[in-house]
Amino acid sequence: MINQPNLTIERSSVELTKEDFVSDQMVKWCPGCGAHAILSAVANVFPKIGYRKENFMFVSGIGCSSRFPYYVNTYGIHGIHGRAAAIASGVKIANPHLSVWMATGDGDSMAIGGNHFIHIIRRNIDVNIMLFNNQIYGLTKGQYSPTTPMGSVTKTSPQGTIEHPFNPGELVLGAQGTFFARVVDTNPRMMTEVMFEAARHDGTSVVEILQNCIIFADKTHDVVTNKDVRDDRQIFLRNGEPMIFGKNKDKGIRLNGTRLEVVTLGENGITEDDLLVHDTYQQDPGIHLMLAKMAYPHYPVALGVIRAALYPTYDDLVEEQIAYGKANAKIKNVDDLLNSGDTWEIK
Amino acid sequence: MVKTKSNVIQREAVVVKFVGDSGDGMQLTGTLFSDTAALAGLDLATFPDYPAEIRAPHNTVAGVSGFQVHVGAKKIETTGDLCDVLVAMNPASLKSNLKWAKPGATIIVDLDTFEEAAVKKAGYASDPLEDGSLANFNLVKAPITTLTRASLKPMGLDTKTVDKSKNMFALGIMYHLFSWSFDATYDFFNKKFKSKPEIIEANKTVLEAGYSYADTVEALHSVYQVSKAAMKPGRYRNITGNVATAWGFLAASERSGRPLFLGSYPITPATEILIELAKFKSLGAKVFQAEDEIAGICSAIGASYTGAMALTTTSGPGLSLKSEAIGLAVMTELPLVIVNVQRGGPSTGLPTKSEQSDLYQALFGRNGECPVVVIAASTSANCFYYAYMAAKIAMEHMTPVILLTDGYLGNGSQLFRIPKVADLPSITPPMAVANDPDYKPYRRDPETLVRKWAIPGTEGLRHRVGGLEKEDVYGNVSTDPLNHQKMVDLREAKVQKVADFIPEQEIMGEKEGDLLVVSWGGTLGPVSEAVEELQKQGRSVSHAHFNYIMPLPKNTEDVLKGFKKILVCELNSGQFVNYLRMTHPSFKYQKYNKVQGLPFTVSELSRVINQTLEEK
Repeated sequence: MINQPNLTIERSSVELTKEDFVSDQMVKWCPGCGAHAILSAVANVFPKIGYRKENFMFVSGIGCSSRFPYYVNTYGIHGIHGRAAAIASGVKIANPHLSVWMATGDGDSMAIGGNHFIHIIRRNIDVNIMLFNNQIYGLTKGQYSPTTPMGSVTKTSPQGTIEHPFNPGELVLGAQGTFFARVVDTNPRMMTEVMFEAARHDGTSVVEILQNCIIFADKTHDVVTNKDVRDDRQIFLRNGEPMIFGKNKDKGIRLNGTRLEVVTLGENGITEDDLLVHDTYQQDPGIHLMLAKMAYPHYPVALGVIRAALYPTYDDLVEEQIAYGKANAKIKNVDDLLNSGDTWEIK
Repeated sequence: MVKTKSNVIQREAVVVKFVGDSGDGMQLTGTLFSDTAALAGLDLATFPDYPAEIRAPHNTVAGVSGFQVHVGAKKIETTGDLCDVLVAMNPASLKSNLKWAKPGATIIVDLDTFEEAAVKKAGYASDPLEDGSLANFNLVKAPITTLTRASLKPMGLDTKTVDKSKNMFALGIMYHLFSWSFDATYDFFNKKFKSKPEIIEANKTVLEAGYSYADTVEALHSVYQVSKAAMKPGRYRNITGNVATAWGFLAASERSGRPLFLGSYPITPATEILIELAKFKSLGAKVFQAEDEIAGICSAIGASYTGAMALTTTSGPGLSLKSEAIGLAVMTELPLVIVNVQRGGPSTGLPTKSEQSDLYQALFGRNGECPVVVIAASTSANCFYYAYMAAKIAMEHMTPVILLTDGYLGNGSQLFRIPKVADLPSITPPMAVANDPDYKPYRRDPETLVRKWAIPGTEGLRHRVGGLEKEDVYGNVSTDPLNHQKMVDLREAKVQKVADFIPEQEIMGEKEGDLLVVSWGGTLGPVSEAVEELQKQGRSVSHAHFNYIMPLPKNTEDVLKGFKKILVCELNSGQFVNYLRMTHPSFKYQKYNKVQGLPFTVSELSRVINQTLEEK
């Protein structure tokens, strides 16, 4: 059954364009907000995915990112704080013929919605989660979030935060996630490529988008996304390719004992053959976890699809159980049920 | 089985209570007894009474588990105030239940368990079997453990297995007392222990041993004869309120053609609805055991948006957790049924006891102006009908509906006349059709104010809903002050209009008189029995029992105005009476309340009603 999803989402009979997904609502994010680029990437990738436009559905919680459903012309629910994953679970289970997308932020999914976030991942329900990680509460105007770096001064941490932040990738993999990817909002091409892969994945896919909040956490990701340094501080992972990065394509990642290590090609006899080759589809999450945890300054930050392992999805298993139940049950309708077991006639 | 030796006492109704340690199998014993009574043609009502702990310490009062059965030749409306027969399997169960035995009741005890240590652990200063404290009862000291072991000795089973069948010995004594056949119980053994023939044999042996014991020692002095109840012809079954609730929803799903989705989280005493529906993937029911109460309702809201008949089931504390999401369902005007099997509160309260104290929470427990339909079932069997109606109203009126039952109805059982699904009222949800050029998410039917249900996947109907205030008709986000006022008014009016589609309130008795007794929800049995009793005595008293709470039936004012006095009886501190004071302020209301985790007794109500009649 693995690798053979038994449900398909109906494909569009006509070629769709970006315009098919543009909503008539005014987009009310701040000028310069990273969310604009994400919206544009979604409108670009949806026609490529090829489903009927009526089969797309967006679900969100509360926060800046969660206004997303109003700005894209699909079916949609703008939910309540933290509950997008629970709402999306119900949508997908009740109607597996929908391509379900979820827009959420670091507070929405990892603070107030932490419970739903880990459980949708654990169940592997086929929902595509776009996690806008700007490391701050934007809509409530600048309080620290579960991903705010320790020590950051925010409105609710005037002396600096004293909380250890979550690394979303670590959380996703800890919850037995089958798909985790990371992108930056400054690279539209990377976003579309990875979102397409997320859509193709059967099961919960989480795409962490390192997003800039221009008002309350400007340049929070600058240390890895800044044009001048990004080539040396990012590595884009592709399945089957050796892990090479750097402005001069001369750095790489190898496994040294049980740990990852950054090496320079040509130094100390290191060649491409010494480097790790990315295996996106590996079931064992060990290396994926190490890759997801790589952080500046010791490592480049891993971007692209870090993990895409195939496991049965909850929604497929539900349909299997229903099909089995219907084929094998003696009770075929409610009248059968009402008259099952001990009953007697009174005249 | 013909009884020859003892005296035969004709009875219209008998109340039997089985009590013992949590592990003594009292729930099963009570259930088997009820099934046999039903097959003998009697009407009945049952109520299990068990501790919150799975296995409290052995032989303690805290660990006592009970099962009460009221059987009769007449219509049985309650599970009975006090019992005629008390079967107590250990000293602790006798200690905690003697207060529920009628004066002169037959008390059957397992003599072997009344050892000094156990008697002391139960809190007795001296052995109650010997100190004369039970002189006013017909005490039967049966050596149940010894005789069970003796009857099974030839089979060579281990002691644990042998002692587990002690309850069947007690059941055998009861079958002798009522001169009932073993057939239904044997059928149960044969099905339940299909792969364990020695267990079937052991249970049958012990059951017969109990019967023979009663027959031989003539300890019972007399046996009961309860003739068949005069019931409306039809096919019947025994059903608990929680199972009836689950089946009502299955029927509503089938009749409406909308697939059933339940998002729920286990909580006493509502869990059985979740368990029951989980069995019926074969009927297309999608049951999602969520990670918490909030995910339960939120998944149901998601499912509802996609066109499912969506449900969430819970009890009081769970309803608190769902409050915010109910608001989302109100704002998005999506159909949703929230079942609250009420228990004692506040907080964790009395999880296994029953109360009606969540009415305020159902009516008002949300932020903002947030009206929902509230209805309440009133018997274990009519949980089926009100679950069906809750789903019908939710879908046809595009609104959340809170269905209130309680632990007493949910766990209790009653005979249920089996309906045909085709005879149930039709359910026609307001589905939007593909490419409807006039479709707007919040365009309403002018009569009902109901918006259309547009299912994702349908061509030409893409739209968004959400928790932010909606622009009238178009459904876009709006903060316009006058639009907000209009939408608040529309949501309220939509729910009030449900009153045009529900039955008028009935009065049991005369439409005018000295006193109207008002009750609602799970107290129908004792209140109606008390009122009927007094009506027979010629008192000028009538009864109005409410199932539709929000909105109230349209004729409520007319119902209330025919009486000099109105007495509202409920198992809380006065929530429905205050709701009536608010909605129908022109009357003077009196109230009678009890908040002890216990149902009303007929005798206390008779006393209170009489008092109210006599007061100047």
